[in-house]
Amino acid sequence: MAFILKVNGTERNVDVDEDTPLLWVLRDDLGLTGTKFGCGVAMCGACTVHMDGQPLRACAMPVSGVTGEITTIEAVDGREARAVQDAWIAHDVPQCGYCQSGQVMSAVALLRENPKPNDRDIDLAMNGNLCRCATYVRIRAAIHSAASALEA
Amino acid sequence: MGSHDLRLSRRDALKGAGALVIGLSLPIAGAKAQQAPKGPPPIHPNAFVRIGADDSVTVIVKHIEFGQGPYTGLATLAAEELDADWSKVRAESAPANAKLYANLQLGAQLTGGSSAIANSYDQMRRAGAMARALLVEAAATEWKVPPAEIDVKKGVMSHAASGRSSGFGPFAAAAAKLPMPRQVKLKDPSAFTLIGTDQAGRKLDSADKVTGRAKFTIDQNAPDMLTVLVARSPRFGGSVKSFDAAEALKIKGVVAVKQVSSGIAVYARGMWPAIKGRKALRVEWDDSAAEMRGSEDMIAAYLEQTRKPGAVHRKAGNADAAIAAGGTVIEADYVFPYLAHAPMEPLDGFIIWDGTTARARFGSQGQTFDQGAIAKVLGIATDKVDIETLYAGGSFGRRATPTSHLAVELAEVARAMPPGTPVKLVWTREDDIHGGYYRPLIVHRLRGAVKDGKISGWSNTIMGQSFMIGSPFEAMAAPNGIDASMSEGASQLLYEIADFQCDAHVAKSPVPTLWWRSVGHTHTGYAVECFVDQLLIAAGKDPVAGRLAMMGKSPRAAAVLKAVAELARWKGPGGANGRARGVAVVESFNSFVAQIAEVSIDDNGEPKVHKVWAAVDCGVAVNPDVIRAQLEGGIGYALGHALYAEVPLAEGLPTVSNFNDYRSLRINEMPEIEVAIVKSAEPPTGIGEPGVPPLAPAVANAMAALGHKRPSRLPMVRA
Ligand code: FES
Ligand code: FES
Repeated sequence: MAFILKVNGTERNVDVDEDTPLLWVLRDDLGLTGTKFGCGVAMCGACTVHMDGQPLRACAMPVSGVTGEITTIEAVDGREARAVQDAWIAHDVPQCGYCQSGQVMSAVALLRENPKPNDRDIDLAMNGNLCRCATYVRIRAAIHSAASALEA
Repeated sequence: MGSHDLRLSRRDALKGAGALVIGLSLPIAGAKAQQAPKGPPPIHPNAFVRIGADDSVTVIVKHIEFGQGPYTGLATLAAEELDADWSKVRAESAPANAKLYANLQLGAQLTGGSSAIANSYDQMRRAGAMARALLVEAAATEWKVPPAEIDVKKGVMSHAASGRSSGFGPFAAAAAKLPMPRQVKLKDPSAFTLIGTDQAGRKLDSADKVTGRAKFTIDQNAPDMLTVLVARSPRFGGSVKSFDAAEALKIKGVVAVKQVSSGIAVYARGMWPAIKGRKALRVEWDDSAAEMRGSEDMIAAYLEQTRKPGAVHRKAGNADAAIAAGGTVIEADYVFPYLAHAPMEPLDGFIIWDGTTARARFGSQGQTFDQGAIAKVLGIATDKVDIETLYAGGSFGRRATPTSHLAVELAEVARAMPPGTPVKLVWTREDDIHGGYYRPLIVHRLRGAVKDGKISGWSNTIMGQSFMIGSPFEAMAAPNGIDASMSEGASQLLYEIADFQCDAHVAKSPVPTLWWRSVGHTHTGYAVECFVDQLLIAAGKDPVAGRLAMMGKSPRAAAVLKAVAELARWKGPGGANGRARGVAVVESFNSFVAQIAEVSIDDNGEPKVHKVWAAVDCGVAVNPDVIRAQLEGGIGYALGHALYAEVPLAEGLPTVSNFNDYRSLRINEMPEIEVAIVKSAEPPTGIGEPGVPPLAPAVANAMAALGHKRPSRLPMVRA
């Protein structure tokens, strides 16, 4: 079936089965491989993208259910995104790095909603994003740093 | 890989004896052809350092980067001696070439045993120093000044008297034509400017990993590439009886279905059709050689068997007699489940086989063995197999297997298609959790006695599968059927106990098992550190002071224990206010780590770990912030598994399959962590694994102080 998706500001046509998860459309059909596969069942957050600015697990969303504009790690931008990515680098958050696209997407969405999250807000917003390398201490510290940078 | 065999092989490798090197490589076709080097090979700086005309310094890293930091670490070593400008330093993976890039501890190109920095410390510094000497000589010739008068700082060579200065770039070409210097002088550690500098933001791979630019195996693509999923036997040791591909081939996007030795391979244009195609396959499995028991059957059998002593791993005095001689006798059993490594990126590989040569790109952890395995499947010489090592999304031991089973499967799925078809083999998370190569299911039985306020006898019987016996590593790692990796940390304690015995029974099963972050210490650390704590409490001793009193022959371990007690302001386990502290100390991979965990029990009766203090001595701290990160990550990895993780088998079938039931630690469960790095002038040792072993026993010991028992079976939180 043919679908028209708006991804990273551009309209894209894809011809896939309607049950194809958005994740595989992004990765295999559109070549946007920054969004990762970790579980396929909405349990790890590696595939987190934004739909109209809200975090979404792309592995659990069939392409036929996509109703909004999709933004992926390749194009996420704006103050919050820059603050998050800068803080992630300053804290050297990534280890293997495989979960980090998803972590960054969730953190950016959090800071857009709540520019000054406390630890509990961070727990609630980020606990769907697994990190098998357990970089959680630094994820938390980097979110606080990004929030301070946004305030300044 | 066990630290015992590493110590042996390293010593021999450094002597140039090479016996273990040969032992390690002989069974592997590729390694034989390549002849792993005997002792440290001559260093050619071109193999490790490339200077660009633009002043860039590219360090070629022989170890895979899957999170433990070797890109940054090995680059730091070379850049230090080169006096490079860190902002110009890059890292890239070395090609598969055992002659140039063997791990000097292991005799093959292989990452493991927490050895990346330890085995590269001299080699990479020498490579950097040689490159520096060549650049200086080239500049001296051009400037017509004595080389000794040229100073190098932060990537700038300068000659004070003549006022000339330059970056490295303009002299790169001339330097490359000069003969190698015979000798180079390495810096005195007091002159280090990069090594030992504590600075977050140093890592070379962070920027690419926060922007989605870093390329992993799963991201590989090529025109007309096919994505391949393999249906494997649900039971370990099962095989294909028959299969019917008709329905699978009807799925849009499915291109082919082929049998390979591990199962039935489905080839499709993209991952989703491959998933649907595999689901539509009909396969009948032959279970006649398969494991049909469940975990509970194994546990019951092992518990019974450990009532009798096994093959002796170490014995001193007479433990049985000492325990029989009276005092308080204490017994404990500890049961450890099968564990999957579950790296965030499941296993995968990309390959193009053109009928003559193969080009593979994947997260190869043991390039020498993988290269040999691919060559063997395709019937070509090893040098016709090219491996580009990519970033991998974690490993924790999973990407290095004695059988190279992933490389074999990758080559087989390529061979089954017409030459020239690029294929990407992908494992799903379910494939990963069901795929075996687990940390073995292990049982420890301990008996000890306390007399006159002292531990008067210690006896430990272990049972579980050995992943060394029957593998190509057997000759090296398990001579005479004694697999030291089963008992490392338990056969040699940090404590002086005169009457001591540690023995083990080897269990057999078709379930494949494997080293898992910190290997034998994953279970021996828990059994030993829980039991010693229990005995000390029975003897009326403080857990820290009681340990220290027995650590006269383990000064470095005692020092980290003292350091962590100071860091946490230890005043005993406490427990009055609903929070208690437990302590543990373990030596692994020649590094020493002590931890104190502060724990409470929540409303569901589950332990909640609030804070962990850790002290580490891993020799010279090359990148302190990476060391801290590895302790944080090691603690989180250890805690998640100790609390929640288990792959139970029921009638041979794993009963968990993804992160919904193979539960992983989440951010809200991560404790606060404070790390002290003990200053040391010893050569650097491991850091990727040593953060793991002390955590679970520290938590268990805190639980005991809260009036709960030390969990005798892991995970602590069981469904
Ligand atoms: S891959 Fe989507 S949540 Fe794990
Ligand atoms: S950095 Fe490896 S899984 Fe998060």
